[in-house]
Amino acid sequence: MDTVKNIVIAGLGGQGVLTASDMLAEAAFRAGFDVKKSELHGMSQRGGSVSSDVRYGACVLSPMVPEAQADVLVVLEATQVEINRPRLRPDGVLIGPELIGPEALANRKSLNVALLGAASAVLDIPEEHWLAALHANLAERLHKVNEQAFAQGRAAARARAGGQPH
Amino acid sequence: MTEARQLLSGDEAVALAALHAGVRLGTGYPGTPSTEILETFDRLGGRAQWSPNEKVALEVALGVAFAGARTLVTMKHVGLNVAADPLFTAAYTDLAGGLVVVSADDPGMASSQNEQDNRHYARAAGVPTLEPADSQQAYDYTRLAFAISERWRIPVLLRMTTRVCHSKTVVHPRASETGAEPTFVRDIPARVMIPAYAKPAHERLRAKLAEIAAWNEAEGPFALDAGDAALGIVSTGVSAVHAREAAPQARHLSFGMTYPLPLERIRAFAAGVERLVVIEEGDPVVCEALRAAGLPAEGRPERYRFGELDVARVRRILAGDDTPEPVPPKGKPPELCQGCAHRLVFEALRDLDCIVSGDIGCYTLGVLPPFSAMDTCVCMGASIGVGLGLRHVLPEEQARRVVSVIGDSTFVHSGLTGLAEMVYNPPPTGHLVMILDNGTTAMTGLQEHPGTGRALDHSPTNQVCYEALARALGIADVLVVDMTDKGLSLKDLIAERLARSELSVIITRQPCVLAAPKIRLYDKAAAATCAATPEPGAEPRLAGG
Ligand SMILES: Cc1ncc(C[n+]2csc(CCOP(=O)(O)OP(=O)(O)O)c2C)c(N)n1
Ligand code: SF4
Repeated sequence: MDTVKNIVIAGLGGQGVLTASDMLAEAAFRAGFDVKKSELHGMSQRGGSVSSDVRYGACVLSPMVPEAQADVLVVLEATQVEINRPRLRPDGVLIGPELIGPEALANRKSLNVALLGAASAVLDIPEEHWLAALHANLAERLHKVNEQAFAQGRAAARARAGGQPH
Repeated sequence: MTEARQLLSGDEAVALAALHAGVRLGTGYPGTPSTEILETFDRLGGRAQWSPNEKVALEVALGVAFAGARTLVTMKHVGLNVAADPLFTAAYTDLAGGLVVVSADDPGMASSQNEQDNRHYARAAGVPTLEPADSQQAYDYTRLAFAISERWRIPVLLRMTTRVCHSKTVVHPRASETGAEPTFVRDIPARVMIPAYAKPAHERLRAKLAEIAAWNEAEGPFALDAGDAALGIVSTGVSAVHAREAAPQARHLSFGMTYPLPLERIRAFAAGVERLVVIEEGDPVVCEALRAAGLPAEGRPERYRFGELDVARVRRILAGDDTPEPVPPKGKPPELCQGCAHRLVFEALRDLDCIVSGDIGCYTLGVLPPFSAMDTCVCMGASIGVGLGLRHVLPEEQARRVVSVIGDSTFVHSGLTGLAEMVYNPPPTGHLVMILDNGTTAMTGLQEHPGTGRALDHSPTNQVCYEALARALGIADVLVVDMTDKGLSLKDLIAERLARSELSVIITRQPCVLAAPKIRLYDKAAAATCAATPEPGAEPRLAGG
C-alpha cells in the first residue's frame, strides 16, 4: 500500500469540504489512478464538523484513510485543526486556513479551492487534471474566481515549501 | 457497447445499474444513506417517485413487478421495518418483472436512530441478499439482482452500508438492456395470499431458496485470494477491502451473496486453513451461520459489533485485542440553522416546560442546548402515539404539558394514523400535535413529499393539505401559524391549548432556510410552464400556501 497517497480534507459543514474532496478525487481519477473517496454525509444542517478521505494510487483497498496515515491534511477552519491532527502521519503535510490570509481571496467562499491548490503543490497529479476537475465540479460562473483561488493556493504552498515543519 | 469508466458513489452506481437494467419505475422514501439513489436515477433520465413511506413504496413496486416490468425500491435500514409487512409476503408470490429492494444500513449510526443489521431480514423473510463492497460491486450486484429476481420470480435484497453508499470508487459499466414490456398475465394462486394459496407458496419459496443456494455455490460471485494458510479470513461487504488491507499475507474468501450462503465453498476454504476468522460489520450473522454449520469460525470481542469497521479495527480483531480503543476527538455537532423556524418552536416549548414527545428530522436537534426541549424520540411517527400514551396515564398536571411535535414529511410518512388514533381514543386532557411544516424533507437533503405539491423532480403535482386533512379527521381546533409573522406569540397559542381539554393541531409554516431559494426557483419554473401550456381546469397550486 506504500504507493497509495492519503489525503484528508476537514472543516465545518457549508465550507465546501465535500466539493474539494470531489475535485481532488476527480483530478486523481482523470490522471488515471485508482481512487477511493469516502465520507459520511447526509445531514442538511450547517455548522457541524465534516471530513472527507481521498486515497489514490495503483490499487486502493479500504476507502478510509487509516489512522495517522494521511500524507496531506487540509483543514478549512482553524478550530478543526487539532481534532483532525491525529489523522496526519508524523512526516505528513498540514495545510491550514492561515496559509491564505483573510483578505487574500476575491471571495472567501473559494477557500476550499485555494487550499486544494496548496495541496496540489505537494501531490503528483498534473495541473491540467486539476483544472478539468475544478470545471467539472463548479457552475461555469464560478470558474474564474476559483481558478484564481487555486493558483493563489498553489503559489502560497510553493513559497512555503522547503521548510515545512510538519 | 460499454461505457467509459466513471468515478461513482455506491448510490450513483446502483442508479446507473438500474438504468442499464431497464428499470421502469424507481420508488422509495428518503433516508440517509440511500437518498441519492433515486435522485441520481431521475437525473440520469429514469422515472423515479418518492412515496409517502417505505411500505407504500414497496407496494407500488410490487405492482410494477406483477405487471411484468423491472423496479427498484430504495430506503434506509429502518425503512425496511416499515416495509416489512409487504416484504415478508411478497417473498411468497411469483413476480413477473424483477424487483430489487435496496436497504442502506448504517453501522456506526452516522445519521440514524439505531444500527440494526438488515441481513436478519434476509433470513427472516427468505429473500436472497447481495452485499457490495464498493461501487463496482454495487453496479454489478444490482444488475445481478435483477437477473436473480426474474429467474426465480422473487424479490432480491441489496444490502448496502453507509460506507459503500457514500464512497466514490471507479466503475466500469456494461451494456444496457431493455426490460420486458409490461403486460398483465393473471396468476391468482401465485399472487393472492389466502391460506389456501399461501401454503403451497411458502413451500415454493423454500424450494426457490434451495435452488438459489445451489446456484450461489456453483456460480455466485466470490473472490478468493491465495495466501498463507495460517490465517483464513472470510469477509463480506466493505469489510472485505478492510480485511485485505489489514492482512495482505492472509488467505481471503469474500462473497457477494450473503443469503443463502455458499456454505460448501466456505467449508472447502475452511478445510485448507489453520485459523478461520470472519470479518463482518454489525451482528455476527455470517459467523453464527458458519458455526451452526459446524465450521470452527472464530468469534470476535463484543466491542466490534458496535460501529463501523476499518483497517485498524480489523487488525485488532485478528490480534484478539479487546483493550479499549482510542476515542477519536469529538467534532462540533450540527445545530439548527440560523433563521430556522424550528428554533422558535423549541424556544416556546422550553419556556413553557412542556413534556415533548418528539420525532425524527432536523427538529430532533431541539433536544440539544440551548433548547433541551425534547423528551422522547424513537422512530418516525412515534411522537403522536407516544404523546397520547403519556397523556392517558400521567397525573393531570403533567399530562397537560405533553405536546407531540412532528415534521411535515414525517407526518405524511407515519403521523396520519397517529392522528386517527387521537380522534378515536382522545385522552381526558385532550392533546396538542404540532406539525412543523417547512415545505421539504430537510433532514435528508431537501426532498419533496406529498405535502409540498412537487414531485421528486420538483415539478408540480397534487398537494396534500394538512389543515383540511386534520379537520376531515374530526379535529375542530386546527390552527395554521405563519412563522414569519413577527407579531405572533407562539408561546401564548400553545399555552392556551394546553389549558383546554380539547384536541388541537397547530401547523407552523415557514420554508426551510436552505430550501426557500430552491422552492422559489421551482415555483418560477412551474409558473413559466403553466403560462406556456394552459391546462383547462387544472389550477396550479402554490407551495407553502
Ligand atoms: C423509517 C424511516 N425512514 C426514513 C428515515 C430518515 N429520515 C429521518 S427524518 C426524515 C424526515 C425529515 O423530514 P421532516 O419530518 O419534514 O423534518 P425536517 O427535517 O424537514 O425538519 C427522514 C426521511 C427514518 N429515520 N426512518
Ligand atoms: S436545513 Fe432547514 S429545517 Fe434543517 S435546520 Fe436548516 S433551516 Fe432548519
